[in-house]
Amino acid sequence: MSNREMAETRSAGESPLLAVEGLHTWFELRQWGFLRVGSVRAVDGVDFALERGEAVAFVGESGCGKSSLARTLLGLHRPTRGEVRFGGRSLGALKGRELKAYRAEVGYVQQDPYGALPPFLDVGRILAEPLIIHGVKARAERERRIRAALEEVRLSPAEEYLSKFPHMLSGGQQQRVVIARALILAPSLVIADEPVSMLDASVRVEILELLWRIQQERELTLAFITHDLSTVRHYAERIFVMYAGRVVESASVDDLLDHPQHPYTQALLAALADPDAANATRLREVPAGEPPSLLHPPAACRFHPRCPHFMAGLCDRDDPPDFEPRHGHRSACWLHR
Amino acid sequence: MSETLLRVEELALHYRTRQGTVRAVDGISFDIRRNEALVVLGESGCGKSSLAKALMRVLPRNVAHQGGRVRLGEVEVSALPDERFRREVQWSRLALVMQASMNALNPVVRVGEQVAEPLRVLHGWSRKRALDRAVEVLELVGVSTDFLARYPFELSGGMRQRVVLAMALVAEPELVILDEPTSALDVLTQASIMNALKRIKRELDTSFILITHDVATSSELADRVALMYAGQLVEVADAARFFGEPAHPYSQMLMASVPRLRQRTRPEPIPGQPPSLFDPPGGCRFAERCPYRFARCAQDPPAFRLGERHRARCWLHAENEGNPGGGR
Repeated sequence: MSNREMAETRSAGESPLLAVEGLHTWFELRQWGFLRVGSVRAVDGVDFALERGEAVAFVGESGCGKSSLARTLLGLHRPTRGEVRFGGRSLGALKGRELKAYRAEVGYVQQDPYGALPPFLDVGRILAEPLIIHGVKARAERERRIRAALEEVRLSPAEEYLSKFPHMLSGGQQQRVVIARALILAPSLVIADEPVSMLDASVRVEILELLWRIQQERELTLAFITHDLSTVRHYAERIFVMYAGRVVESASVDDLLDHPQHPYTQALLAALADPDAANATRLREVPAGEPPSLLHPPAACRFHPRCPHFMAGLCDRDDPPDFEPRHGHRSACWLHR
Repeated sequence: MSETLLRVEELALHYRTRQGTVRAVDGISFDIRRNEALVVLGESGCGKSSLAKALMRVLPRNVAHQGGRVRLGEVEVSALPDERFRREVQWSRLALVMQASMNALNPVVRVGEQVAEPLRVLHGWSRKRALDRAVEVLELVGVSTDFLARYPFELSGGMRQRVVLAMALVAEPELVILDEPTSALDVLTQASIMNALKRIKRELDTSFILITHDVATSSELADRVALMYAGQLVEVADAARFFGEPAHPYSQMLMASVPRLRQRTRPEPIPGQPPSLFDPPGGCRFAERCPYRFARCAQDPPAFRLGERHRARCWLHAENEGNPGGGR
């Protein structure tokens, strides 16, 4: 079944696992600790829903708000406005024990594996930590689950790794430990924030394959955040492209990569090369300027100051709504009106 | 065009550490012609940044062994004493943009002054004359004159990278070494920096060594590609040959591991890990991960000549040509 068919058969079924509506995460800036001087609008009006067992990718450049979005979904930032609903319940309403239960339901794979692992704990202890916190009291049960987790991320035999400290492992192995930790409480949703950007090219594919295989086997919902569109094709079903705190385009992977609709996505794709000796003789088309400050983002369409199709009086006046220029393919651009 | 600018023979750089000697650069030979761009491609820890440091002679204190011959134009620069090297070669003929150097700009000196500084130090130019030249170079790399009086923190990452590039180019060196110049930058910024480099290469007579781990980026500038593995060059070839039909098994597997945007072939990971540089295995260093491994791989393969400027360090090619080229 193609990615698209998979996505379609699924959306016909039950309610989404995760629903995000009108989500805003702003960070207040203060001068001398008390004077309000404005807000960094890291996430500024994002809506989407993830079905159970779906793998999606959020793609965007640094400062587009993708990590703030991830951290809001994890419950690490409180939304300024809007709502995150997980299995039908609002995240903002969760407290105490419920919030703790939510955290067991959501796994987090960090960007920098070395930074994400405590340097003074060995692998066995690192993996035991979430189990202890979430009340797995029997030592034998913990050990069984730790071993299973290590085998699942292909760190076997497990004995060899249990007593190792993070610095004794290669980057790829460290990232496997991070993934094992994210999975050990059997979450239904895993959020992976740039899981391979710190790794070498040959290791990258291994880790992406691993995540993909685990996602398929466990029927996990996987939200995979990346700046690199070229790593997305085989490892996600849908892509959301973010720019300046908003989702500007979303579609199934193949449709988005083969028929990009939004001028920003088109610019991103045009800037990316596949290895080819002919690249050296061609200049690439790059839109002028840089991503806007999230403190004072441009009015209306955030991309209008850089857009080659800018229409004065429209793009700088009114926010473009989501249009659907192709079946199941959304793009927030006035060109599609 | 065909004039050789730089010839490197059997370059070696070993470090002394508490765990033993690290053979970061272990017998590397290549040459570069005028106005040519050579990409040194390799994974982290393969010694590619050490190669840059050895060429530029910016070395840490724990160097255990440094060897080989480097010839720049007519001068045997590896034979020059440090002081003469600094006065006659460093920065005036050979410049280096180190990894993340855009974060090492002096925060309290205006951009224009920083770009002008090499000229004042190297040639003793007046402030005015050096600044005028700095303006020209900044324009060449795509920084408008409005930025001259700004401080580095007022600039975005992409702009700072251009400023560092201007500093390297300002004294008109014949060869510029760029160590991962775009790896910390966003996709669109990367593309515009690569555009700037292409334009500079067209307009000036400069040669480049571009050091990167990113295969796609490497193809944006490369006339030639040198693939490094565990301290050695495993293949050196023209870009068309390397990206089209690489000869060394590692080159082939690396190309197959690159995720591609416009093709549906699934990338294939390379199983295993590179060997430790403390005590690299005898014989071919890639043998452990190589699907074509056979008895002969236990011996160190020489660099076999496969074409006029094409060499691969693999026994599979012993029959093809049979006459080992320069180097071991």
